[in-house]
Amino acid sequence: MKFQSPQTVDDAIAMLAADTNARVLAGGTDLLVRLRSGHISPSAIVDIKHISGMRDITQEDTPEGSGWRIGAAVSCAEMGEHAGLVAAYPGVVEGAELIGSTQVQGRCTMVGNLCNAGPAGDSVPAMVAAGALIRVAGPNGTRDVPVLDIPVAPGKTSLTEGEFVTSVFLPARPDNASDAYLRFIPRTEMDIAVVGCAVNLTLDAQGTVTAASMSLGAVGPKVKQVDASAIVGSTCDDASLDALAAAATEAATPIDDKRGTIAFRKDVSGVLAKRAAKIAYTRAKGASA
Amino acid sequence: MSRIHVNTTVNGDAVDYLCEAEDTLLDVLRDTLDLTGSKEGCASGDCGACSVLVDGRLVCSCLVLGAEAEGRTVETIEGMAEGDTLHPLQKNFINKAALQCGICTPGILVAAKNLLEKNPDPSEEEVRYWLAGNLCRCTGYDKIIRAVLDTAAEMRGAA
Repeated sequence: MKFQSPQTVDDAIAMLAADTNARVLAGGTDLLVRLRSGHISPSAIVDIKHISGMRDITQEDTPEGSGWRIGAAVSCAEMGEHAGLVAAYPGVVEGAELIGSTQVQGRCTMVGNLCNAGPAGDSVPAMVAAGALIRVAGPNGTRDVPVLDIPVAPGKTSLTEGEFVTSVFLPARPDNASDAYLRFIPRTEMDIAVVGCAVNLTLDAQGTVTAASMSLGAVGPKVKQVDASAIVGSTCDDASLDALAAAATEAATPIDDKRGTIAFRKDVSGVLAKRAAKIAYTRAKGASA
Repeated sequence: MSRIHVNTTVNGDAVDYLCEAEDTLLDVLRDTLDLTGSKEGCASGDCGACSVLVDGRLVCSCLVLGAEAEGRTVETIEGMAEGDTLHPLQKNFINKAALQCGICTPGILVAAKNLLEKNPDPSEEEVRYWLAGNLCRCTGYDKIIRAVLDTAAEMRGAA
């Protein structure tokens, strides 16, 4: 096995395109486990951390749009320490910060969590709800892809040969908007989501929801986007939250396994949808005050 | 294939070594540099017994490749005491019997020291969350948490 540290995106693409059995390394918290357990035996490791921008969190304001760009090798701990990002996207950051232990947080990345394509990745639903765009670089140039289009099945992504993700873009929101992510696990820390739910919403000056999006994790082969129109036009009163919960329960297509039954997971999807919406609503109101 | 030559800093000393691409930082520390304080418990990032700091960031050295340490700063349990003078956490772990078999202890000390540098006055809950990735199979958690909290109070008093 070779170890390569490209300095540019083009060099990384060339290395990945030249060797289809090469693997990208950023945080390594999944890659090294698979490597050591013999699940994969790549011919080369391509460490992208030395490429400019991979470890940066920046605020972008271009004709194509304004928002936050998070490099593919930014650790989840670094996201949690970035006051501007935490203020702008508390739900995305709280999802990212739920992955693993303090030690894992120091290395793991949202992009790794996404490209791992596990159905229960904690950082993924809030990215979906945020309408994040994933920047993919490859031999045919660069493309921006909705989060939902990256995973296709457990462990499988839509990335093609020579491609890798360079960053996540979170579009800027109005001031009176916010998000939240909640997961259910049977313990308090260090576990895989039985259900995860993110809600992202925008309010008008009167506190009425003008736009909302919702995403569920761990209740299907990949992350789901769920219609959140039930709370649009409301002030997140009980009746509209009940309707949102019903939409989440209806949309969830979980499996029965040792961590939860189908009925339990569908029910919890609704409970988390309500709670996440309430938190996002409170945050959005606070942000507009 | 020729081995990879890595230049790094370990506990303040410039160090260079040769490693294979698949060698973890933990392999290098223990088997090449003879720094056997960091332990291999799970080799999958679950137990925290191999905790070290890389550029000041707490990580599991079993989840870092040796080759990645090029140009970085690595701190291990061996750098915690100053000569014969133990760090207050080390003293309190001994005095308060916060260890049984001792395999988890180096990782917990490295992690706890990092916590107290970031937050000199942590709550019990904050200590428990911070150390959630450090497993103790003797399950002596209460004494560990109390030793960390007592050390924090002592160090604040001394400051």
